Amino acid sequence: MDARIPTGAEKLIQCLEREGVEHIFGLSGGAAIPLFDALVDSSIKLILVRHEQGAVHMADGYARATGRPGVALVTSGPGATNTVTGLLTAHMDSVPVVVLTGQCVSDMLGKDGFQEADVTGITYPVVKHSYLVRDANGIPRITREAFHIATTGRPGPVLIDLPKDITQGPCTAPFVDEINLPGYTIPGRGEPESISAAADLLSAARRPVLCIGHGTVIADGGKAAVTLAEKLGAPVVATLLGKGAVDENHPLHLGMLGMHGTAYANRAVAECDLLMAVGSRWDDRITGKLDEFCCDAVKIHIDIDPAEFNKMIRPDISIVGDARLVLEDLIPLVEPADTDAWLRRCETWRNKYPLKYARQGGLRTQHVIDRLNALTQGQAVIATDVGQHQMWAAQFCKVSANRHWISSGGAGTMGFGLPAAIGAQFACPNKKVWAIVGDGGFQMTQAELATAAIHDLRIKCLIINNNYLGMVRQWQELFFENRLSGVDLEGNPDFVKLAQAYGIKALRIRRPADIDRILAQAHEYDDGPCVVVAEVAKEDNVFPMIPAGAPMTGMIIEKPKHRLDKPTGST
Amino acid sequence: MSAASMIAPGTRSSDSKNMHTISVFVADEPGVLVRVAMVFSRRGYNIESLVVSPSARSGFSRMTITCSGDTSILEQMIKQLAKLVDVIRAVDHTDDNAYETEIALIKLQCDTDERSEILQIAEHFNAKVVDYGIESVVLRVYGSSEKMDAMISLLSIFKVAELVRSGKILMARGIKST
Repeated sequence: MDARIPTGAEKLIQCLEREGVEHIFGLSGGAAIPLFDALVDSSIKLILVRHEQGAVHMADGYARATGRPGVALVTSGPGATNTVTGLLTAHMDSVPVVVLTGQCVSDMLGKDGFQEADVTGITYPVVKHSYLVRDANGIPRITREAFHIATTGRPGPVLIDLPKDITQGPCTAPFVDEINLPGYTIPGRGEPESISAAADLLSAARRPVLCIGHGTVIADGGKAAVTLAEKLGAPVVATLLGKGAVDENHPLHLGMLGMHGTAYANRAVAECDLLMAVGSRWDDRITGKLDEFCCDAVKIHIDIDPAEFNKMIRPDISIVGDARLVLEDLIPLVEPADTDAWLRRCETWRNKYPLKYARQGGLRTQHVIDRLNALTQGQAVIATDVGQHQMWAAQFCKVSANRHWISSGGAGTMGFGLPAAIGAQFACPNKKVWAIVGDGGFQMTQAELATAAIHDLRIKCLIINNNYLGMVRQWQELFFENRLSGVDLEGNPDFVKLAQAYGIKALRIRRPADIDRILAQAHEYDDGPCVVVAEVAKEDNVFPMIPAGAPMTGMIIEKPKHRLDKPTGST
Repeated sequence: MSAASMIAPGTRSSDSKNMHTISVFVADEPGVLVRVAMVFSRRGYNIESLVVSPSARSGFSRMTITCSGDTSILEQMIKQLAKLVDVIRAVDHTDDNAYETEIALIKLQCDTDERSEILQIAEHFNAKVVDYGIESVVLRVYGSSEKMDAMISLLSIFKVAELVRSGKILMARGIKST
């Protein structure tokens, strides 16, 4: 028997193995060398990234695609600060990510040592929890707790800061299985009284709507949501992050609601007599003007995080619990209601205000994404970046399966799409994974093309190139008298040549007639990454649009003829 | 503003209607104070006083926080506090039946002819002279925060050289948990 005492780093990596970690997305540096050294003898596969932000987004995409925690490993100082955007992204969207940061030796803490930063201090607001390890023997307990906290309840990122003397020093503590966190509780089933009261209201409603949020995705509650919706005859709308929990091709599904949601989803929400949010936190891009949001409708709020109740909306009934468990408990208690007239009205809206776009006059993003949807049939994992293309993707990609839609919602992090797709592809090697990104966001993390290339990952990256920061340009056009400021991405490289420089197959779509052929070619390409550059019309706007802070009745269906007032909402 | 509604230096600055006292029972983990403070600062809440001390259970501490701000945000903040992993519980005791107290040390720079009035005030508030010097006296007083405010207001006609207030501590009456 090998009697050698393991180092803190070795013990940590063994703990990760015990947690079932298979991949780590990392970038090394001085303070992290002992950790990278311990990985040499580990079964865990290290994915070397090109920038730490990419590592966290990859871990994030990995987690969103599977529900399993994603792990990133970086060095101290700038390595750690580069993870902050990734942590914010995961924190806002409740994604289980564990970030391990190297730290200078304990003696040098607070003394401005080389590559020292107060990383726990910098990251407090963007983590669910964090640790600065002060004793190597704390490693087994802390690692167990970190994974437990990241993955349970409302998931979120956990950071462990590891001074180099701790990772290099001996760790004699045994592995830990027990969790002892008296201040941490995990809601499960909902309170029976609230569930029964909610069931009565649902049964009595004549114009109900179920709003499916990310909590339903996380709890895998889509099946229960469909059963409940069918029993009630209730239409379903999804938030940006709730897409895919319920098959968007289901006849009761009205698509996404909110600022750029479908007109029929928003009409249904505006005119319903009961709205039940299942794991949604009433984001300001959903509610618009709060005091005019569904004033007359009964509101039921299911959430695993009680802090979400009364934060934006004061619900008539709130149920703390896991979305799937609560829905399953509701199903037997509700009575089928007569909602035929309501469903007919929703269908009328669906037919009257369909999502539409011009197929003539140059290449349109909507057309490209609509055809991608026809090709993938809702079965591919779609990861988006942030901006106009993201909203068009949310409108036109009808996601059929849970965890097949990956997008940065709360944080709206540009640069998220490509690394998130890479993480998702590592997690799901047998699935087709498409990243849909804009030319702006893509350039923020484009270095990760190398990460995809060296692993021959089969991701497909569709770059929607309009040579603009399109969403801001749209706001400037609509609300700021078209005074364009800081949105022209003059100087963009030729993205086909750029991909080729990484040895990556690259295709270009210039005309509507090319769309199907090029997309199919990329979809079938299995030897490595494939970049598709769609050179789309420079100026195009996402509609419908509810200006920030406006009520749902302020929805704009198409380009207005008159100038609009500046939005009153924040963003 | 009338003289009566003027706020004397050293007394609580905010409208007492918006003052809240929150008791937070926490695990003694590094960073817990920062995490708690950030729940307040992020929402623009002002912490008026903060007392942290060991609790009856080893490994756990008690924080008593007096703060002011928009009441509608308070419920949200209590929930955010309770959500912190190291927070065992957070309770708003604002309207509760709880025993509250505070201690203050007040250093007055004074001539001999001012002393008798100072000592009268001290006696009225049950304050004790803990340091008696040629040019100064130090008073120690404890009691409710309102009592502190009243006494400090009265003393403000003299030269208050230094003032240290402990901040409010409180305990729920009866068997109810704080």
